[in-house]
Parts: sequence; structure tokens; C-alpha cells
Amino acid sequence: MTSFSFLLFLASLALYMLAAAAYLVFFFKEQTEVRQKARQLFMTAFTVQALGFAARYCTGGYTPIATVHETLSFFAWGLGCCYLTLCWRFSVKNLGVFVSLLVLLLMLGAALASRDLILPSPTLQSVWLPIHASLSLLAYSFLALAGIGGLMYLLQERTIKRKQFGLLYSRLPSLEALDKLNHHSLSVGFALLTLGMITGSLWAKQAHGAYWSWNPTETWALASWLLYAGLFHQRFTVGWRGRRAAWFSLVALALAIFTFWGVAVLFAGYHGQF
Amino acid sequence: MANSETIALIGVNHKTAPLELRERLAFHEGYEPPLASLSGLEELKEYYLLSTCNRVEMVFVCTDTAKARSALLTALFAPGISEDELAPHLYQYAGKEAVEHLFRVAASLDSMVVGEAQILGQLKTAYRAAAQAKGTRLILNRLLHKAFSVAKRVRTETRIGASAVSISYAAVELGRKIFGDLTGKKALLIGAGEMAELAAEHLLTHGVSSVTVANRTLERAVALARRFHGQAVGLAEVPEQLGQVDVIISSTGAPDLILRKEEVRGVMRGRRNRPLFFIDIAVPRDLDPAINELDNVYLYDIDDLQGVVDLNKADREREAVKAERIIAEEVLKFERWLENLETTPTIRQLQAQVEAMVRLETAKTANRLNLHSEADQAALDRMAQALANRLLANPLCYLKADTRRIGLQERIHLVRSVFALDEIAETRPEESPVASGAGPERGKA
Repeated sequence: MTSFSFLLFLASLALYMLAAAAYLVFFFKEQTEVRQKARQLFMTAFTVQALGFAARYCTGGYTPIATVHETLSFFAWGLGCCYLTLCWRFSVKNLGVFVSLLVLLLMLGAALASRDLILPSPTLQSVWLPIHASLSLLAYSFLALAGIGGLMYLLQERTIKRKQFGLLYSRLPSLEALDKLNHHSLSVGFALLTLGMITGSLWAKQAHGAYWSWNPTETWALASWLLYAGLFHQRFTVGWRGRRAAWFSLVALALAIFTFWGVAVLFAGYHGQF
Repeated sequence: MANSETIALIGVNHKTAPLELRERLAFHEGYEPPLASLSGLEELKEYYLLSTCNRVEMVFVCTDTAKARSALLTALFAPGISEDELAPHLYQYAGKEAVEHLFRVAASLDSMVVGEAQILGQLKTAYRAAAQAKGTRLILNRLLHKAFSVAKRVRTETRIGASAVSISYAAVELGRKIFGDLTGKKALLIGAGEMAELAAEHLLTHGVSSVTVANRTLERAVALARRFHGQAVGLAEVPEQLGQVDVIISSTGAPDLILRKEEVRGVMRGRRNRPLFFIDIAVPRDLDPAINELDNVYLYDIDDLQGVVDLNKADREREAVKAERIIAEEVLKFERWLENLETTPTIRQLQAQVEAMVRLETAKTANRLNLHSEADQAALDRMAQALANRLLANPLCYLKADTRRIGLQERIHLVRSVFALDEIAETRPEESPVASGAGPERGKA
């Protein structure tokens, strides 16, 4: 059964790879048929990966968002999820290339990590654990999308400011579209991040008897939450946007990712046991 | 002799003269004053002036090009700019080359942005002014009308204007990359130049919701604003207006900067950092280049916009080859018309045509009369020849008469159109008895 879920994982990895390749071809050649193919491949990969999670859930008997392999894989899946939901709402030219490349990177990371099933110890087991984990990872996915929007914004802004109308200028969407993407993903991501923090604290109360104990993970999480809160606040009150917001969302994303995967490596914490 | 009249063209454009010089040459007060200053010049039989932001050109008909040229330059630009100062930047064409150059300009092959459509409108305005000032007569009227139709032919038969490139096009293209969609955006024109006007029109057709006009003289601003159903403001209100608008096109003739970085920085907080897109098409510049360093503010001048337009250059250059062929064709046709304006070919053509008509009719009658003797036939022929001569006597006398009252070329033109000589020459050149021999006799009669 383990091998079955892993097979599904590998299949989705291969499909993501093909999708990324197709998106890259579209990026350079700009043929509409290629983009359709790329989107189909991406959606198939997304579905196959979801089936993989289901299979792993059946095998392990717990929600498979615990090990590094699982969280990276779920992060990638969440990013795909955000991207696909955004596609419905508004189209951002060539966003697919960037998203599919990042998804592929995360999947490769997941493939390299140990894929053993580790049942969380009974003290940590709670109904809040899967809720906290999935909410936080989905929040990261949206924030990563905001980061991608920011990165594309910075690239496009550079071509327009420096008046270099090369490859990127015609292929990247308008600044307005990218800023909107950044704004939208940030709003959703920040809300989810807040919920993730709350559920995490509820889980901590159940597992350890205290809502907040200032361990490294919590401290860093609070720092990145504050950073996002600051960005969110500035955007809504003084109308921060454009280059500054784009840089800020990239920095905040780096901090958030460090909180989750970096702190676990550097310090010991709950998340360290993964 | 009146017959050695030639068409000459002198001018400067973006390739031969720096912006600064073009700016000094341009007729800022419209065409009336310079045209009026030319009206007294004996050297110029006909004249016409064109002034756009990329070129200043003068076309004239004269007998002595060198004399006419210096008379014209003195009348127009002295004492501000001397002929010697101008000389290294001037190009000069005569005869066929002048015609070709004018056609190329009209067809937008000589434009800074090949294929842009604005030039034709500018040419028409210039022609209207020259015609009203009675500067253009037979030759230039014909030449300019021909230029318009050449431009139209090039536009319909080649795809040179397909991507409709011009400063305005580039402005819209860039605006889309910044704002995503121009719908509902507001534009501000600083200065009411023609280029700005065209760009504003273009922006309006792409969804911009309002155009505000700021100008030194409020009257002009009001007039222009009314055209766009917009609002007119004074130059002093510009910084205040920056809070509301999104696209700013500046084209004043002011010698100094009219908007500095600090003033723009000041409005950004008030507009919650919504982007501002400045286009500076003024020479010298109106806007501080440092404005571009501000976040969410984008500043482009004419040269920068050029970069946007260069993107689809290769395509247009292919089409330009086709256009050149059309122009070569039309130049030939015009040359033929011009040559026919000489007396000798006209007389020969006229004689041949009338004789041919008479001969045709007598031949028909002769068949019906059933003439037997050669003498009868000869008598009939003589009568036909006499008829032809009598018919031709007055027109030929009219053509040859040395009268100052009506110019030779007008007379030739009149006779040619009464006898429909051009229609015959143009539609059936091989049948026209003199068309082939009419060529090389220019200037001989």
C-alpha cells in the first residue's frame, strides 16, 4: 500500500515535470495549444497527487501532513490548488510557468526526503493537528503565490523602468494584474495563517497544557505573522503597493518558510521531531 | 523661360537635424505667418510648407532653384537662423527625386516610426493652409493630391500601417502594461500640441474616461477640452491635478522643466501609490527625468517610446519594400503628367488626336459615299485635313500666345482637359500616338 501511494506520488511528479516543460515551451514559443496541454497536464498531476494523499491516509491511518516529505508534497499540492482556484477568478499571463516550476521544485524536495510513515506520538495526537497543519500549509501556499506575484512584478517593473523591451516585457502580464494577484493571495493567505496560528495554539493547549510557550517555532511564527500583518496593514491603510509590497512579500515568505522548515533543523521544537 | 520650372524640396527631418534645431525651425504659430511671408517672393511660382515634430519641409516650384532656396530660407528663418547654419542639416531634392521624397513622406516611409498614420493628416492640414494662402497652383495641387492617393494606396495595398504604430500607439501599449486596462483611467494633457492631441484621442478610444487639458493660455485649453468633453485648467493647477489623473502627456513649449521629482513625490501618498504614467513628448523636456526613479511612477520621453515601437519593426520593413515599389510606380505616372505639361508634346498630341478623329470620321463617310475616283478621295482627305487645321487653329494659338495673364501651365492644363488628352494617355498609352514620343522633350519648347 505504501508503494501504491508512492507510485501515485511519482506519477504526479512526472506529470508536474511534463507540465512545467510544457509551460516553459509556451513561455518561449507562445502557442496557445501548448498552454492548453500544459494546463491539462497540471490538472492531471494535481488530481493524481490528491489520490496519493488519500492512499497514504488509508495506509498510515493518520492525516499525512507530518513528515518533511508529506509537508513539502502538501505544500506543492496546496500551491497547485491556489493556482487553479485563481485561474477561475482572473487570468495572469504566464503565471503557470512560475507556479509549475516552484511546484516541481517542492516535489523534487519531497522526493528526496525520507518517505517513512511516522505516526505522531500519542501526546501530540489531536483533532487539531491535521487542521492546524493543513491550514498553515494552505496559508503558505497562498503566501508563496503572493511571493511569485511579487517576483514577477519586480521583473516586469524592471523592464518598464529601465525601458528594456526584451523577452520578458511582452511575456509578463501587466503590473496591475500582478499587484492584484499579490494583494488577493496575501489577503487569503494572511487570513489562513491567522487561523493556522489559532488552531496551532489550541493544539498546543491540548498537547502541553499551555496555549503559548515561547518556543523557537512559536516565536519565529509570530515574527513572520507580524511581518505579514504589517504588510497587510500598510496595504490597506496607506496603499502600499508595487515594488515595496512585492519585496516585502518576498522577505516575509522567506521568513515564514524558515519558521517551518528552517527552525525545525536549527532548534528543537514540536516541529523538530518530523 | 517658364518651361524650365522645376519642383524642388528642401527640409530637415529627425535623421538630419537634432531635435533642438528642428524645434527652432518649426512653425509654432501655424502656417499662416510663414506662408504670408512667402507670398511676395517672385522666385517662387508655387510653394507649400510642412512642419511636424519630426520634420520641417518646404516644396516649391521655381525656375532657379538656388535663388529660390535662399530667398525662401531668408524669408522664413532670418535673422534667427542663417542659411549657413542650416546648410549642413538640409536635404534638397529636385524634379523626380522631390516627387519621390514627398510621396515617401506621405506614405509614412520616411517617418521616425515607419507606417504611422499621423503624417497624412499633418500633410493634409499643411496643404489646406498652403492652398488657402494661394501658394499652391496647378503643379503642387496635382502633386499633393497625388501624394494623398499614393499614401492611401500604400495603406490599403501593404500592411505597413497594420500595427498602427506611432507615439500614441506606444503610449497605449505601455499604458496597458502598467494599468492592465485603460478603462476608466484619466488623462491629463499639459500643453495642447498636436501630438498630444492625437495621443489623447487614441487613449480615449482605448477606454480612458476623461481628458483634462492644462495649458499656458487657457483659451486653447478650453477649446481642446471641449473637444474631448473634458475640463480645462491652468498650468499652475497641474500638481493638484496629479492626485486625480493616471496618464499625463506633456508637450509644452516651455524652455524649463515644469514638473520636478519632489512635486510628484508629494502627490503619491495622497493617491495611495496608484501608478502614474508620464509621457514627455516636449522638446526640450518638460518633465524632470528623475521622476522615473520614484516608485510606481513611470516616465517615458519620445526616445524611450521609440523602443516600444521597435518591437515589430522587422515586419514593417518587409512591407516597406512593397510600398517603395508602389511609390516608384506613382512617381513615374506623375512624371509623365508633368512632361505633358510642356507645350511641344501637348501640341503634337493634340494634333495627332484631332487628326485621328477627323480621319476616322471621313473614312466612315467615304465608305458610304462609294467614291470611285482617286481625285474624289483626295478632295475628301484635303477637306478633312482643313477641318482639323481649322479646329486646331485657335487652341494652338492659345497655347503658343505669349500672354502674361494666364500662366502657360494653366493654359496647357486647360487645353489638355478640354481635349481629354490625359485620359487617353493614361488609360491607353500604347494607342496614344504621341505618348511614346512625349518623354524626353521636357524644357525644350
